[in-house]
This record gives sequence, structure tokens and C-alpha cells, in this order.
Amino acid sequence: MTNAEIKKEILDILQAIAPDEDLTNLKDEVSFRDQIELDSMDFLDIVMELRKRHRIQIPEDDYIQLDSMQSTVAYLEPLMKDVVA
Amino acid sequence: MYDTIIIGAGMSGLAAGIRLAYFDQRVCILERHTTIGGLNSFYRLRGRDYDVGLHALTNITPKGTKKGPLARLLRQLRMSWDDFQISPQLGSQIAFPGVRLGFSNDLDLLRAEIGREFPRQVDSFTRLVEQVIEYDDLDPSHAEMSAREHLTDLFSEPLLVEMLLCPLMFYGSAREHDMDWGQFSIMFRSIFMEGLGRPHAGVRLILKLLVRKYRALGGELKLKSGVERIAVEDGRVVGVVLKGGQQLAARHVLSSAGWCETMRLCDDGQPVSIPGKNSAPGNGPARNRNAGRLSFCETIAALDMEPGKMGHSGTITFFNDSPRFDWRQSEAPCDLRSGVICSPNNFDYQRPLDDATIRITVLASHAYWQQLGESAYKLEKLRWYDRITESAVRFVPDYRLHVIDTDMFTPTTIVRFTGHDNGAIYGSPEKQFDGVTHLENLFVCGTDQGFVGIIGSITSGISMANMHCLRD
Repeated sequence: MTNAEIKKEILDILQAIAPDEDLTNLKDEVSFRDQIELDSMDFLDIVMELRKRHRIQIPEDDYIQLDSMQSTVAYLEPLMKDVVA
Repeated sequence: MYDTIIIGAGMSGLAAGIRLAYFDQRVCILERHTTIGGLNSFYRLRGRDYDVGLHALTNITPKGTKKGPLARLLRQLRMSWDDFQISPQLGSQIAFPGVRLGFSNDLDLLRAEIGREFPRQVDSFTRLVEQVIEYDDLDPSHAEMSAREHLTDLFSEPLLVEMLLCPLMFYGSAREHDMDWGQFSIMFRSIFMEGLGRPHAGVRLILKLLVRKYRALGGELKLKSGVERIAVEDGRVVGVVLKGGQQLAARHVLSSAGWCETMRLCDDGQPVSIPGKNSAPGNGPARNRNAGRLSFCETIAALDMEPGKMGHSGTITFFNDSPRFDWRQSEAPCDLRSGVICSPNNFDYQRPLDDATIRITVLASHAYWQQLGESAYKLEKLRWYDRITESAVRFVPDYRLHVIDTDMFTPTTIVRFTGHDNGAIYGSPEKQFDGVTHLENLFVCGTDQGFVGIIGSITSGISMANMHCLRD
């Protein structure tokens, strides 16, 4: 997956977790928490959806990397480069 | 080998099952009864549909609300607000001798009612609301503080303290005479600040949604599959043995059977204490905690016309016939001094319900009802049906001439359907909020984990599945 494809996949996951959120104006560099209503259960779901969809294991210590779109894509880039979009 | 076995196909077990099956676990829910639902169920009798358990859903926030338990639950189950088809209440009441406080899904009504009946208590009420909002569910330091003492300090009118406690205790206090401050805050928000609602089709809609979703995700559900024992080896659960002798292996077991009930199922012998919970010197082993003692009778009357047409448009009426509200195990077969009158017709539906009913719930003595022989039991049900109804019509229009069919449940019925000791609807007064037990892969969810009501039970299943069964 390219970074653009990873971003698209993350948006798709966020939409699945929070179907009522409008994600069109989501800013890449700003924390997800400051833009959409996500609690700790929802963050767990981002991790779990990545595991379900792509068999990617993210250790609990790395959850902090999933703060914004920018940091998430940067973190996932090496893990998802071989994933077929 | 299952990833997780869940004991009990009630709201919490089904919700936990959905979470785990959604994330590709091999899950099996074991239900000893012939039907799902546990405490919240439904049945058809002589051509009419009835609900058990559910009077109303709490925590009702409008569609599009992003915060709060209902919104979180829908996100976690990947369901939409419209799936639940919730209609809000028309308006409810707390009725004590000479004083009535109305409330709706708008807190301002209750505030105005308190202003009318107790003009000098309004500022204290505002402070109470602030404190309830501030209460942090995740910070347990004040959770077990006495709500009664706190309210008594805050209000100079004892009657108002009783009137505020009455509905919140009826809808979820496992503790007698008092409530934990944490539980009070959660219930106050769910009932007075968020509000009450009901799906047009009642509890069956929610149960069917949950079970359909669970099965579509590949979850297994075994009915008539009571657990004989939980098999333990070297401090770990290895699986369960069913009443029929069948053995099922699992990596985790999540039990909604109740705390004491689950401990009794474990085949590892002597009670042990749980780290961090009641393990102070001198305390008995936490595994042996007290079962709850608060049980109920409920009468159900089918009517020949909607309650609204006979001048009764209230959704829920909480009544008490003296200035003091006594919330404890009933000494009489039924405690006729107080109760809850629920009219499922009185919600703001798009179209009316097919049947008209009124239900009355009162505290009842499990010890009395469980010792009756079959014929005495039937006779006593009839006798107490009449007494309960007679007590309730002191507070709502007398509907007795419009009754066309009746039914009633007792603590005995509750035991049969839920397996809870003493027919204790709200379970043990001691909760296990983190869901852990003395065994590293056995967890509890549901009533004895600490959340009550339908939204609470579903949330309990979700959060215990997330916390304990999902990550490894």
C-alpha cells in the first residue's frame, strides 16, 4: 500500500467505527481526538480493525503512534508496504 | 477449542459475543434456558405479546449525539441509532403523599418541578447536577461513598432526598437502604439527564438485533446448555462441562451468571481472595461475597383501551405511600408501600401499540415465594395480584374495570429465568468493576460486574470483552 492508500484505509476504518462522523475535513496533522469523538474503546477498534483486515499486530505501547492521520500513516508505512490494496 | 466461551445469552453475553465474533474469534454462548434474554425477555400468552424486565431503555440521547453510553454502544456494536427504533417517553412522575415531581427527557422539567414543590432546594439541586456531571466513572475513589448521606448533607428537605432516591434505587440499586455514589451518579445521568425511551416492538427487537448480528458474524449459540461446572487446572480455566456431560475447551470464559453463581461453578475447591479487592486483613475471602437480596413481583394487566384514554398518560410512575422510602428486602410477601407503574403504551410512538398494558413492580420476599407448593403458589399469585393493583391505583387512575387478561411474575420466576440467587435482579451489592476473578482467564460480565439496565448490561459485555478477551 502507498501512503495514500493507507490513509484511505484508515478513513474507511474510522467511518466504520463512527458512521455518524463527517470525515471530509479531517486534518492530517491534528490529533484525531481533537476532531472527532473517539474514546479509548474506539482507539482499540482502530487497532483491532487493522488486525482483522490486514493481520497487522500493533503492540499496546505503540497505540500512542495512532494519534493523528499523519503519525498513523508514518507508523503504518513500513508495516503495510507489502499489503496489497 | 473456543477462543471464548460466554455463559448466559442475556444482553451482556450477546453484546460480548458480537464484539468477539466481529473480530474473528471462535465464540460460543451457552444458555441454560430454552430462550435468550435472561432477565430481559419476552413471551406470548393467550394471543398477546409481553415484555419481561424492560420498562424503558435509559440513557436515551437524540439521534446524532456523539457522547454518552448509547452512542458508544452503537459504535462498538457497529449498529445505527435507527436500528433500535427508540421512541422517547411522554413523561414520568415520582409520587409521594401530597407531593408529585414530574420528569421527562429534559432535565429542566425536573428542575422546575423541584422549584414548585421545594422552592428553597433549587440551588442545592443545581449543585447536585454539577457533582453528578463531574463524577468520573473511571476514578473509583468516591464510587462507594453513601449517596444517601451525601444527599442529606446537600438538601435540607428530607422528603426530597427520598423522592430522588426512589426511582434511582428501583432502577438499579443492589445495596439496601442506600446507593453507592458512583451508581447514583450513573443512574441520575441515565434517567434524569439523558432519559427514557422504548422501541415500538419492545425488548424483543433489541434481543433479536443482537442475536441476529451475533450469528451473522459466525458466533455459536447453544440453548438448553446449562453449565455444570467450570473446569480449572493449575489456576486456569481450561473449559466448561455441560449438564449433559459434554466438555468444551476454551482459552477464556466470560460469565454473566452472577458472581456467587460463577464461583460455585468453578471446580477448584476452596474460596480464595482476589488481589486488590477486599483483601484487607480480617476481611473474609472475597470469593464468598453476599448474594443480593432484593427481588420483585410484577403484575401485568392487558387492558381493553389505551391507558391514555382513561386519563393515564404517564410513562413511569414511581410511588411511595409515606414520606420515607424504605429500600430493603421485603418482609411481607410483597412490599405494598412503594412500587413502579409502567405503561408501555405511553411513549411517543409513530403509531400506537397493538395491545394496551400496565405493569406494576414491587419489592418482594424471595424466601416467601420460593417455599410455596404449586397450588399455594398459584393462589398466592392471584391474591397478591389484587393487592398490588389495589395499592397502585392510589396513584394512577383505577384501570381495574378495563382489565381483560393478567399475568404475574415473582422471585421464583426470576430465579427460573436468570439463575440469580434469591431472585436478586440487581445481583450482589458488591460489584467487580474490573471483571477479574481469582483465575487469570475467567471473567464476569453483566449485573455483578456493576452495570445495570439494558444499556448498562450491553456496555458491560462490550467492555469486559474488550478488556479481557479481545487483545491476545
